[in-house]
Amino acid sequence: MSTVEYEAVIGLEIHVQLQTATKMFCSCALGFGEEPNTRTCPVCLGLPGSLPVANAEAIHYGLMIGMAVGSELAPRSIFHRKNYFYPDLPKGYQISQFDEPLCSGGELAGVRIHRVHLEEDAAKLVHAGASGRIHGSEASVVDFNRGGTPLAEIVTEPDLESAEQAGEWLRLLRTTLRRLGVSDVNMEEGSLRCDANISLRPVGETELGTKTELKNMNSFRFIERGIRAEIARQEAILRAGDKVTQETLHFDPRTEAITSLRSKEEAHDYRYFPEPDLPPVTITEAMLERARAAMPELPAAREARFLDELALNAESARLLSWRSELGDFFEAARAAAPNVEPQMLANWAAELAGRVDGDDPAASPVTPQALADLAGLVAAGAVTQGGARQVLDRLVAEGGDPAAIVEQEGLGAVGGADELAPVVRAALEAHPDLAERLRGGDMKPIGVIIGVVMKETRGRADGKEVTAIVRSELGLG
Amino acid sequence: MLDLTAAGAARAIAAGELDPTELFEAYRARAAADELNAFTWVADAAPEPADGPLRGVPLAVKDLFCTEGVPSQSGSRILEGYLPPYTATAVRRLEEAGATLLGKTNQDEFAMGSSNENSAFGPVLNPWDRTRVPGGSSGGSAAAVAAGLAPWALGTDTGGSIRQPAALCGIVGLKPTYGSVSRYGMIAFASSLDQAGPFTRDVTDAALLYRHMAGADPQDATAVGHPDTIALPSAQRLDGVRLGVPEELAGGEGLEPGVLAAFEAALQHARDLGAVIEQVSLPTAPKALSAYYVLAPAECSSNLSRFDGVRYGMRADADDLDSMYTETRHDGFGPEVRRRILIGTYALSSGYYDAYYATAQRVRTLIVREFEQAFTQVDAIVTPTSPTIAFELGSKTADPLAMYLNDVLTVPMSLAGIPAISIPCGLSEGMPVGLQIAGPAFSENRLLDTAYALEQVLEFDGSPARVGAGA
Ligand SMILES: [Zn+2]
Repeated sequence: MSTVEYEAVIGLEIHVQLQTATKMFCSCALGFGEEPNTRTCPVCLGLPGSLPVANAEAIHYGLMIGMAVGSELAPRSIFHRKNYFYPDLPKGYQISQFDEPLCSGGELAGVRIHRVHLEEDAAKLVHAGASGRIHGSEASVVDFNRGGTPLAEIVTEPDLESAEQAGEWLRLLRTTLRRLGVSDVNMEEGSLRCDANISLRPVGETELGTKTELKNMNSFRFIERGIRAEIARQEAILRAGDKVTQETLHFDPRTEAITSLRSKEEAHDYRYFPEPDLPPVTITEAMLERARAAMPELPAAREARFLDELALNAESARLLSWRSELGDFFEAARAAAPNVEPQMLANWAAELAGRVDGDDPAASPVTPQALADLAGLVAAGAVTQGGARQVLDRLVAEGGDPAAIVEQEGLGAVGGADELAPVVRAALEAHPDLAERLRGGDMKPIGVIIGVVMKETRGRADGKEVTAIVRSELGLG
Repeated sequence: MLDLTAAGAARAIAAGELDPTELFEAYRARAAADELNAFTWVADAAPEPADGPLRGVPLAVKDLFCTEGVPSQSGSRILEGYLPPYTATAVRRLEEAGATLLGKTNQDEFAMGSSNENSAFGPVLNPWDRTRVPGGSSGGSAAAVAAGLAPWALGTDTGGSIRQPAALCGIVGLKPTYGSVSRYGMIAFASSLDQAGPFTRDVTDAALLYRHMAGADPQDATAVGHPDTIALPSAQRLDGVRLGVPEELAGGEGLEPGVLAAFEAALQHARDLGAVIEQVSLPTAPKALSAYYVLAPAECSSNLSRFDGVRYGMRADADDLDSMYTETRHDGFGPEVRRRILIGTYALSSGYYDAYYATAQRVRTLIVREFEQAFTQVDAIVTPTSPTIAFELGSKTADPLAMYLNDVLTVPMSLAGIPAISIPCGLSEGMPVGLQIAGPAFSENRLLDTAYALEQVLEFDGSPARVGAGA
């Protein structure tokens, strides 16, 4: 049996729907959720005689993405035709970019960017019948509303090593795109889609192994699970002494099954050639200036600001800058309570993030004001950490005012010897053996006593204060 | 009134001397009785003309221009009965100027052909001699104008599809500078070459029609319009005008003697008007045809992918998607179209792209440069338009290469994107011969003036074709 350790090498291809007013090559408004085939025209239906005209706003967004990842922006780039037949592709070719893309190179958080280019989205196919796919369906219908939506395709170099890292990096990319305002980056609705190229190699080896391509995963969880499953599949193949086959794969998140879509031999010959209907895209200084002026604060800059100006710890700074909505929520809470220490507020923002579904805490019943008030109550000693966590649970469930919840639930901190001393005394009396050991200078059992007190006070006591009272009760000074 | 040129008819209508409905009805009757198979559709009644400089002048339009609610089939079975929901920009501009749509004209399927024998709707006959072809691919437009079934017509030229049929039918045909007329709504053959232009009885009409077609179009990213207003030509002399004869194209090799004789007679007329005739060299021009027959099929193989049976046009009844595609495209396209799709698909295939498509593009670049070089020496280049007069129907259909050779004199200008006009310059064996005059990009005004001056002295008589139409 081999004892070789394998490492994964992962590259990502991300398709982002750009939120321009109109489609990539025609003047139809973008369509989401409208009646089928109501956002169409001769161009996006591929009617005879129609011609594409490139959307200037999509080019502007493409430049902003390129700037955000430090790409080289081509002064002249060209569109190509990618030819293949499919009912969701009305012209029989997709207009995309090939060997002269808008943006080349770049880097985001240590992951190198290969290129960023513009293209048009396909229409949506709906298959009737059990198979759910075109082969074996009873009938298939096409909704062209989505057809022609502008896409930016972002391709990374194979710089990622694990499913978790890929997931984390994708969240950063998503945050970056959201901050740029170029897309609503909604994975569930398909405005952000991801393919992963995965290969394994023995640790220490520099040559890449045979890769497979995992297609079209539309949630962070599926991406991480899919990559994990594919790494495990490849590792099992290699450990059995077999070879990985180069192919395109589909991951079914319900069954965790990975199935082949097509092998390398079945790969299309797309017959790329320069799109004769579109002149080259030439980037002027005015276009660059406009893109530069539109650049917002990006996650890296925000992280640096959180570190430098707010003195947050590294973990908080990264969390709040890589997760755009959480960071925005944090900043809103800070504005509501400028006197609360930033790190404390950051800690409570992290607590909140762990309790809400989805990425945006603003979608929960908790308001930034409520989170700020809660952190203020803790800072003032009006509620303990434990009590505050209970208040937060209530806030996430039904919203409300933290002070009122503390009041209603009786979660106010139990403070002072008057209130706590009887509880401590009772705890010591209930555990005479532990009291004896403590008296003898063995402080280990103090934790148990504190636990009993916490239980009695439902977490409203402060641990340090309990320790002090124990010591004075036992005459330890 | 049918003897009036289009410009003459426009003037008469504007002066109130001619009733546009009466004019339309006269042409409509002739077009409906067409024995040349020049029309694929004829209007039922005169449309209300827009108030403009071309008010009430009927216009015949090549089938491949999309016309809203009117069959636009590009000569193909796959589009039989197709009614577009919109009108091509060039046609719309002319309608806005007052022209009225008389009918749609027959053509080679998807503009692929030089004899109009590749139409799904049957061949068009040459009005000078009905046993002969009218040329192609805009054969219907050329025959209709030559036979007096329409005062003028729109065609398209990809490798000679306006100039060659104009020459073979004894009328004027202008292929404008690429990008000066919008291609929006023209059912594409080869996007980087296709260009719309006029078929007319004389050079003045060509200038008038082109003036109202040209213009930038927000719906065609390659349409930049024309920098100048197109003037009606008036030159009487050609003093000092330098005309270049490229030895590679007009040296006599491959030209019928009667064609060469008519061409040389035309050159003598030019000299008489004061022009200077010079030899020029276009060394790569003999390779233009080979490059063209890679590039145009490559583009068409992609442009015609949309005819897949999914959304419009013909759909073969089949059990699964792949068979539906295969059978629709096999049954819907004629043999020449299938041949070019195959050639083009091959030329773009991975592993062959560099050898074919990329090489052909390099040839094209060389040709562009050689024309630019030649135009530093001369004002215009002159050649016969076609190496032969109109040939017998069926005489070349079995030999695609012989058919492709018809384009040898017109394709170089197409690859260079420059304007070229064909005017009738004489007869050979009783059939018309065309003179091609080509100039630098956007030199249409000068080109039209040169053609006009020659037209005055050539005094070509087109009436036998109108008589021959017999309708
Ligand atoms: Zn559209």
